[in-house]
Order: sequence, then C-alpha cells, then structure tokens
Amino acid sequence: MTMTATLGHAHADPHHIGRATEHPGPAPKRIVTAYGFWVFLLSDIVMFSCFFAAYAVLVDQTAGGPKGSEIFEQRNVAIETVCLLLSSFTCGMAGIAADVRNRLWFYLAMAVTCVLGLIFLAIEFKEFADLVARGYGPSRSAFLTAFFSLVGCHGLHVSAGVLWLLTMMAQVFAKGFRADVLRRMMCFALFWHALDIIWVGVFSVVYLLGGGA
Amino acid sequence: MSDQTHMHVEHDIAPGDEEQHSVRERILGYVVGLGLALLLTATSFFIAGTNLVWQPSIPVALIVLAIAQMGVHLVFFLHITTGPDNTNNVLALAFGLLVVFLVVGGTVWIMAHLNQNMPPMDQIMQMPR
Repeated sequence: MTMTATLGHAHADPHHIGRATEHPGPAPKRIVTAYGFWVFLLSDIVMFSCFFAAYAVLVDQTAGGPKGSEIFEQRNVAIETVCLLLSSFTCGMAGIAADVRNRLWFYLAMAVTCVLGLIFLAIEFKEFADLVARGYGPSRSAFLTAFFSLVGCHGLHVSAGVLWLLTMMAQVFAKGFRADVLRRMMCFALFWHALDIIWVGVFSVVYLLGGGA
Repeated sequence: MSDQTHMHVEHDIAPGDEEQHSVRERILGYVVGLGLALLLTATSFFIAGTNLVWQPSIPVALIVLAIAQMGVHLVFFLHITTGPDNTNNVLALAFGLLVVFLVVGGTVWIMAHLNQNMPPMDQIMQMPR
C-alpha cells in the first residue's frame, strides 16, 4: 500500500515540483562542473552566432572580389565534415572507455579523434593558404573578412580542442582515471561535440548555401 | 508521510551524462547518432548540388536539414533530452537559443532595413525624383 502510493507519487510528479521544499543537499561535483561547462559552451555558441550574423550581413559585399561559389570546393568540405563527424563519434567512444576505465580503448579512441581533428585542420589550413596565395586574403573584401573570421574562429577552437585532447591523454597516462581527470574528460567531450554542432552550421550556411548561389 | 522519508533522493544529471545504461546500449546510441548525422549530411550535400528539386526550395531544405542534424547531435552525442532529470540543461539551452535567435535574426532584420533606407550616396543620386 505504501509502496504503490510512493510509486504513484513519483510517477505523477516527474519534475519534483511537489518536493521543491526538500533539500537533498548540494549536487555532486560532476554535475556542477559539467553544468557550468555547458553554460560556457552556450555562451561560446552565442559568440559564434555573432560571427554568423556578421557573415550573413556581409556575404554580398564582395567589392569586386570573388563570390563564395567561385572559391569554395565542395569535395574538401565534404571530407572535412566526415572527419569531424567521425571524430565526434570516436570522442564519445573515448568517453565510454574512460567511464569503464579501459586504458587501451581510451588511448585508441583518443588517438583516432586526434588524427581526424588534425586532418580537418590540415585541409582547412591548405584552403586558407590557397586563398591567400591567390590574393583572396581576409583583407580583399568584407565577405572574405567575415568568411575568414567565422571559419578561422572555428578552426582555432578545433586547434585548442586538439591541444586539450593531448593534455587529457597525458593526464590519464600520468594520473589514471581519477575523479577530477574524468570530470575534465567529460568537459572535453562536451566541447568536442559542441564544435561539431557549430561546424554543421558552418558547412550548411557558408559552404552549401553560399556555394550554390 | 512516512513514505516521503524512504523516497530515493534524485539529483539532476549532468549534460553529457546519460541515465544508467550498459556500455553496449551507450555505444549503440552513438552508432545510431552517427548514422543519422551521416544520412543528414549526405542529404545536405546532395540537395545543394542537384537539379532534381525546385531550386528556390534548396536554401530552406538546407536550413531544415542543418537544424535537424544539430538536434541529432544534441540528443545522441550531448544527451540533452526532455527527461525530468535534464530540466536544468534544457532550460540553459533554451536561453542560449533565445539569445542566438535574437542576435542573428535581429542583425539580419536591422541591417536589411538599413540597406534599404540608407543606400550608398551614388545610388541616392541615381534615384528618380
């Protein structure tokens, strides 16, 4: 009788509204850390939205320079996209391996993530270098300034992510799967997945929408 | 009243964390997410370069596909779901999205009107009086 009443209560109140006055104590540190990092990531996404807005405003201001459809190469962008998507997947695998404390799979998944990230960065760097060599650097037109800032800012984030990734591998190597290392690993995984979400916006808005027009 | 004291105290779950699942189920979740994301990406790249569909629909389709893929990433990779333990994470996301839409929508709206109302000087000169 008591049992069914409890279950009924919990079922009718999934958001714990009726228990708002109870104080279960502070949340575990893992939740607090990840939630704080989630708020940071959202603020990072807000910052990227400013770059997206600037790009949307300036996309037609080519000042006699090239339009997007003249300089974008769909094939490279497709390779970059697949690299980042697969690296997001392997990053998730590394997170699972860390949770079950399996060193071999953790190192393997992190190494694959790192290689895929580096391939992405190499393709992007080559694209930028080619554009600058052809005289289409960021100072050529307002469109190119907006393009280089938006895509370059994402590239900087990926570079920082690769450095963080190597740091996490070193920390697991030196300290093992301690609670604080696992919290950092969780934040890193969130960061890497968020970068992939931003890249979805970049390749859709910049390369595909701009390339077709 | 006594049943309240025996009630299991639940905490919210962190963004990125899942409710208790076995390793196999967790890997399966990532595989499903990867498959969906690859499918949506392939569709995006196909739609952008094809002549098969009505051309003015392409930008709308690309934006819808992008939003769908972001949703797939959020659910399958970041594990932001509508579950009761996830309320805080979803609310933070909702506020973030509000700011994003204000910034992007507001900028595009205002700048389009500025362009219309204040064209450059040479265009004003050419306007019929």
